[in-house]
Amino acid sequence: MTRVYISRDMASVALGADEVARAFEAAGCDVVRTGSRGFFSIEPLVEVESEGKRIGFGPVGPEEVAAVLDGSHASRLGELAALPFFAGQQRFTFARCGIIDPLSLADYAALGGWRGLDAARAMPSQAVVDMVKASGLRGRGGAGFPTGIKWQTVLDAASDTKFIVCNADEGDSGTFADRMLMEGDPFCLIEAMAIAGHAVQASRGYIYIRSEYPFAIATMQDAIALSADRIAPFTLEVRAGAGAYVCGEETALLDSLEGKRGQVRAKPPLPALAGLFGQPTVINNVLSLAAVPFIVTEGAEAYAAVGFGRSRGTIAVQLAGNVKHGGLYEIGFGITLGELVNGIGGGTASGRPVRAVQVGGPLGAYFPASMFHLPFDYEAFAQAGGLIGHAGITVFDDSVDMAHMARFAMEFCSVESCGKCTPCRIGSTRGIEVMDRIIAARDGAAASPPDRDWEGYLQKALNSRTPDRIDVGLEAQTGLLRDLCDTMKYGSLCALGGFTPYPVLSALDYFPEDFGAPAPIKEAAE
Amino acid sequence: MQQEETTRLIEEWTQVHGRTRDRLLPLLHMLQEEIGFVDDAAIPAIAAALNLSRADVHGVVTFYHDFRRTPAGRHVVKLCRAESCQARGGAAMERAAADRLGVAMGETRRDGQVTLEPVYCLGLCAIGPNALVDGRPVARIDAAALDRIAQEIAA
Repeated sequence: MTRVYISRDMASVALGADEVARAFEAAGCDVVRTGSRGFFSIEPLVEVESEGKRIGFGPVGPEEVAAVLDGSHASRLGELAALPFFAGQQRFTFARCGIIDPLSLADYAALGGWRGLDAARAMPSQAVVDMVKASGLRGRGGAGFPTGIKWQTVLDAASDTKFIVCNADEGDSGTFADRMLMEGDPFCLIEAMAIAGHAVQASRGYIYIRSEYPFAIATMQDAIALSADRIAPFTLEVRAGAGAYVCGEETALLDSLEGKRGQVRAKPPLPALAGLFGQPTVINNVLSLAAVPFIVTEGAEAYAAVGFGRSRGTIAVQLAGNVKHGGLYEIGFGITLGELVNGIGGGTASGRPVRAVQVGGPLGAYFPASMFHLPFDYEAFAQAGGLIGHAGITVFDDSVDMAHMARFAMEFCSVESCGKCTPCRIGSTRGIEVMDRIIAARDGAAASPPDRDWEGYLQKALNSRTPDRIDVGLEAQTGLLRDLCDTMKYGSLCALGGFTPYPVLSALDYFPEDFGAPAPIKEAAE
Repeated sequence: MQQEETTRLIEEWTQVHGRTRDRLLPLLHMLQEEIGFVDDAAIPAIAAALNLSRADVHGVVTFYHDFRRTPAGRHVVKLCRAESCQARGGAAMERAAADRLGVAMGETRRDGQVTLEPVYCLGLCAIGPNALVDGRPVARIDAAALDRIAQEIAA
């Protein structure tokens, strides 16, 4: 019986992998459902096992079973590891993703699983924390805080009850690495959390997964049930979010786990000292945790040997949006934005020129092609007025209207604001209004030049609450937008209000022509 | 009738899962799963079961986008409108979907057959525009895909 491998990842299923799998089952094949390899232009992907090798075909439709089985299918890819998209990667965290059956304990153990946990449990807690520190691992959720320091704080905190919380509320558009890992290699995350539990002496963990990821929730729950004995006495539970983006912020997530409105907490106290239920808590992103089994198994040096500057190890870059070859690309820090977008991604899917890329989700900056020399590195991006975030890159072609994208950033912030602090709650709404005026002024500018009717203006201005009372000209509104962004950036409690100015101001600075301004604005460089 | 059913569901669920405050979200998810929405009339029973105030429960129900306070249509289409889908023509598909399905974004069609809702990212960002049709993910939404969805919903 021929064995074939077909992904059960949500993205593959969205492209029709279930129908393809059923067709192969009907043809009498032994179908193994794996996670996704992470290269979506070849999905639905079918790998046929022959002579110990896995020969890939893709994309494959359900009616093409015979052509795949006799090897005559036009999109025969050969062994996937040889494809340029995979050959250039350094898969530390995603080594097993797409290869194994995600819920097979035997597969997991056969490819190095549990070795990290066994090694960690043979060491004292402090030694594990020291390893994570030495690896240089930094928070992959976006903040880039050194993971080892966070663990040390929790280890040193005096309490009988401590928690490990995994932040799997991957709400940023353009990111899907957490989802792919949870669907494709759930035991890796479970092992990582058990190691964290041993390292900081916590015995209970929670995985907070957003409700938009039903496949990941189901896979993690099944995997936890299967591996409960293996990680005991450490216990794990999955909690589903409920559609609030702000719960990706760590303190809002903790409140949500406690059954409250997902509102941001003021810091201090740090969650490391007073986190979930007021107890010391390690709260890490999926990918920060999932890097740990590799670090413990292969050694901190092996991980730290890869990277750039103070950003050590690998980063799971996600190429998304209007990109020809989208998917997950894990590689050491230091690769440039241009290599990723044009080299790996192959430019836009629409075939038009790349105009802008947004890095780091809805709160990340928009960069033009002139910034493609930027290396992937926390510090380099911060210096350029942006952020890596969760390493999602959303590509836009030249049909994009950047003023509309800036408006959308404000709209998103107003929809998702938790409402606790004023700059974010009110500022985002005012931001939409300002952007509407800018867009109206821009679009009206060509038709009729702004010509104020001075007669009666004073009377109107004194007595009316209509927008006439304010100067709705481009220059005044652009100034107002900058002022508003300044308030939001420095006055908001968390990154939602604080970082919304990044997409807005970067759009304004790099693409002023979309805001009705003729030339790049000088103070852009800052 | 409905009320008794709700109270029974809450009672059975809390017997298994406990009555601590952190069980509120899982309890609300369960009710929405079983009944289809979180009725305002159910809030006193929820509050009593977890020893919370009604205002507290109301605050939580209204905070999260997922919890409905009125029944949805028989079919639910969630269309992504985040940046990555916009980069692939999502805004045009949003208008086309509203036209094709005959319902405005965020609304339920008058015949109760379909609800069209926005969702911010399904994590399928390289193959957009994406949608969840009754929980089933659909990628690369175009006019033909909308036709298929419309047929599915009419059935």
